[in-house]
Amino acid sequence: MFDFLEGYDVLGAFWMTVKLTALSALGSLVWGTLLAAMRVSPVPLMRVFGTAYVNIVRNIPLTVIIIFTSLGLADIFGVTMGASDDFKVQGFRLAVLGFIVYTAAFVCEAIRSGINTVPLGQAEAARAIGLNFSQTLRLIVLPQAFRSVIGPLANVLIALTKNTTVAAAIGVAEAAYLMKTMIENEAQTLLIGAVFAFGFVVLTLPMGLILGWLSKRLAVKR
Amino acid sequence: MSSVLYDTPGPRAKRRNVLLSVVFTVLLALLLWWVWQKMDDKNQLEWALWEPFTTSEAWTTYLLPGLANTLKAAAISMVIALPLGAVFGIARLSDHRWVRGVASTVVEFFRSIPVLLLMLFANELYVRSTDISSEQRPLYAVVTGLVLYNASVLAEIVRAGILSLPKGQTEAAYAVGLRKGQTMSSILLPQAVTAMLPAIVSQLVVIVKDTALGGVMLGFTELLNSRSTLAANYANVIPSFIVVAIIFIVVNFILTSFASWLEVRLRRSKKGTGAVLSEDMVEMNPGAVGGTYGTGAGGSI
Repeated sequence: MFDFLEGYDVLGAFWMTVKLTALSALGSLVWGTLLAAMRVSPVPLMRVFGTAYVNIVRNIPLTVIIIFTSLGLADIFGVTMGASDDFKVQGFRLAVLGFIVYTAAFVCEAIRSGINTVPLGQAEAARAIGLNFSQTLRLIVLPQAFRSVIGPLANVLIALTKNTTVAAAIGVAEAAYLMKTMIENEAQTLLIGAVFAFGFVVLTLPMGLILGWLSKRLAVKR
Repeated sequence: MSSVLYDTPGPRAKRRNVLLSVVFTVLLALLLWWVWQKMDDKNQLEWALWEPFTTSEAWTTYLLPGLANTLKAAAISMVIALPLGAVFGIARLSDHRWVRGVASTVVEFFRSIPVLLLMLFANELYVRSTDISSEQRPLYAVVTGLVLYNASVLAEIVRAGILSLPKGQTEAAYAVGLRKGQTMSSILLPQAVTAMLPAIVSQLVVIVKDTALGGVMLGFTELLNSRSTLAANYANVIPSFIVVAIIFIVVNFILTSFASWLEVRLRRSKKGTGAVLSEDMVEMNPGAVGGTYGTGAGGSI
């Protein structure tokens, strides 16, 4: 029944999806945290920059960004991400770059919303008992913010996993790309669809359950 | 201004902030200058590349028809997905376990699959088992994918909207003798619809953005697809990308602003229970509205 799978590297394609997700998640976590730091900083110009970045990037379709990395960055500006001779590696790295640029805007919003859930009184009380800025941040604000940020960040991670399929648009051989090839060449349309759908359920379901459980467990009771 | 992170700045903090501002301005200016230089190096600043956008031809032949198709696909998807989402959202709140179970499974399944997979699958299905013409097929496939995915996301919004209403509403309805169906249709749903309007408008932004996928993967002639025809004609890849990105930003910014305006207005209004689902409440903080961290969270991204 599943002999149509022969000759196709389905597991390899999903491994590519996992690699795309993991690298983009790491990168966007770093860049998104920096952006969030800018958005809540006392320097007005940094706040303006953070806000502008988030509002611009959030409103551009991810597809536009991913296609631009290939047709614009690579073809016109010669940005090859250190892999000018290997088209596949180059596409992969460009896609990761695009995902980081896009997802960071959402990571920033998630972290900012987490910081906003900490009541002002917490920081005021910390200052009142004589803690300085870094102590307030380290001991009072961030521990509470991190705990309330897990749920929103889990959502971003799951969305990112699904969004990595857009990399198929620039020829990265991940799950959606393989599905397009298979579905055009094989007769079992429904079965192929089911196999790939199942793959994504397997990827996202544990993520949602574990992180959802964690965020409920760690939530600050107020 | 005092915030949770820092106190109102004193003289020393003010000086430090000014210094940081200056450093940041310099860095930003350097970055902009570098980008400008790179653009100039590759001759992307030449007026000949930008000039087409001042003529009406580029707009009437490529950009506006593309934008029209983008909006058309988004509008059709929303109109079909909304009632479908409402049905599934209400079914998930049913008292009958099997109705709840079936609806939950369907919703969670479609939320967990990338919308691109749904589009590709729908496209292939139409190729093989229907006689929709090849010009019409991309639109059908894009709309099908978007409807399946967004109906399940909207189902969660509807469910959260109904759950966000105070319990007293249902209790009062039962107390005056209304049936379950009557309570839903004449008490809960009308109030929930207002509460979730901002969230629904925000979902429209996601739909508009996702139409671009159909342009690249299925050849649907929406805005991003028209861009490549335009760039092939005028040989202006970078300017065309920038213009198309700006169009998307403007359209989505209008929708987002409308959603925020609605939210503020609804929160202020004296009528109703004052329950409002903010734009990102459902996705950002499902726990707060009784939602689930299921497989398909993050529908708004």
